Amino acid sequence: MEKRAFNRSGFTAWLSEGRLMAARCKACGEIHLPPRALCARCYSADMEWQQLSGAGRLEGFTWIHVGLPGMAAAGFSRENPYCSGVVRLAEGPAISGQIVGVEGHPQGPVWVGMPVQAVFMERGTGGERQVVLGFQRL
Amino acid sequence: MAVVGAGISKFGAFADKTSRDLLVEAFQSMRGSVDRGFDPREIEALYVGNFNSELFENQGHSAPVMADWLGLTPRPATRIENACASGGAALRQGILAIASGLYDLVLVGGVEKMTGLPIEQATSVLATAGDAQYEIPAGFTFPGLYAAMATAYAAQHNLPLERLQRLLAEIAIKNHENGALNENAQFGKTIAEVMEKAREKAIMNGSRPPGWESVYDFLADMRANPVIASPLRLFDCSPISDGAAVVLLAAEDRARAFSKNPIRIIGSGQASDGALHGRSSLTSIQSARAAAREAYEMAQISPRDVKLAEVHDCFTIAEAIAGEDLGFFAQGEGIRAAQEGITNRDGRLPLNTSGGLKAKGHPVGASGVGQVVEVWKQMRCEAGARQAARDIDLALTHNVGGTGQTCLVHIFER
Repeated sequence: MEKRAFNRSGFTAWLSEGRLMAARCKACGEIHLPPRALCARCYSADMEWQQLSGAGRLEGFTWIHVGLPGMAAAGFSRENPYCSGVVRLAEGPAISGQIVGVEGHPQGPVWVGMPVQAVFMERGTGGERQVVLGFQRL
Repeated sequence: MAVVGAGISKFGAFADKTSRDLLVEAFQSMRGSVDRGFDPREIEALYVGNFNSELFENQGHSAPVMADWLGLTPRPATRIENACASGGAALRQGILAIASGLYDLVLVGGVEKMTGLPIEQATSVLATAGDAQYEIPAGFTFPGLYAAMATAYAAQHNLPLERLQRLLAEIAIKNHENGALNENAQFGKTIAEVMEKAREKAIMNGSRPPGWESVYDFLADMRANPVIASPLRLFDCSPISDGAAVVLLAAEDRARAFSKNPIRIIGSGQASDGALHGRSSLTSIQSARAAAREAYEMAQISPRDVKLAEVHDCFTIAEAIAGEDLGFFAQGEGIRAAQEGITNRDGRLPLNTSGGLKAKGHPVGASGVGQVVEVWKQMRCEAGARQAARDIDLALTHNVGGTGQTCLVHIFER
């Protein structure tokens, strides 16, 4: 695999290719998501990239009615809340993400324990375009 | 060492006051509390907790500004930043300074001026206490992060939404009952009083009079108590506030030169943690458990010895979880304590007699020091109408930064 830096820059480069990648410590096996250059468990700096399946379960979530300014630009409001959550991935680590495909509950409610799958969402246009990690109901 | 003086400004929204004005107000209040008086020139160092004067006031490098305004230059002045735990962390630095033997008398302050910005901007500033790279891009706000903890808590303890919201409401009701008796509180009204004002306003506006028969009806009303981040509603959230608090710390052998009734600090604990998603549990703040452990160990006491505590209720769910993290209640029981009356002023373990962050206000950098001011008053029987029923000779403060990336716990003895 490419020598991408084990940091946000490397992480988002993988996201823009539709891949959820963690940093695996070769010394102790700990999987770090988000990726990092220094293992917080054994202090080794010997990392390698590990692709995650993207499958996980919702550990906690909320419908945010008073949202961040950027979300208003995406059409969310007090009457049209968005869902953010913490997802425990199958491989062990957990990460925060917007929970999508559930706005307005068209496919039913959201619940703790709900199985989800990572999705790669494009935001912004031109030079501002970035790919952000989200999760949708499996 | 001991606290020999404690003072606090009014908490609220003050268009005409900046952070330096608020800290001076708190300092003046503290000077009046030192029984035997003191000369400010005796203060050897200043530690001031402040979260974000850069973004709130375009003022960085705030410690020497404060030292200047308090007349303390050229004494060493340092600003401590640990988000909402900045005040508690400043207290710990003051404690370490005296414990080192280098100083005998230090001033610990905490201050925040938040209401100068429109609310959307203030919300963005608060979000900088979260993980800018991995939490905020997920859309999380501060209420949102605590709300995610609340849904996890409800799922873990099998609490249906209505039951959860009712139990959380009891915490807000209790804290407002206390805040109504606190002359410095931002919201000096009980929720019943807020409800009556809202009813009068609706009638004056010519609207149909709301049919609220109790505070529970009022809090269940989606327009009176809108959802901020489910399940947390407006009345589950502490406000945006301006305010300051100050305490004077003296080495043990100097304490009685200043105070007839000094409050000894017998335990201190501090711990750190990663973002919410990096923890093994969303329903307990591990840094609070670690900080409490350290403080209890240092003080040589156990949780059941504590008579009163000021805990970090930035949101109602935070008070429920705090009681469990501090070892006062078993997991799943912390959320029932207010409903059962245990944490009332006349209960077995009063929590947040000041009104808590919810009713007193939450000027971020000030809160951790404000908690100590309440403990000081309760332990010296100076809390007036909100004095706890039991004699308070052992008390605790619990101050959390962010969702628990920092926690400070301090234990006091009279």
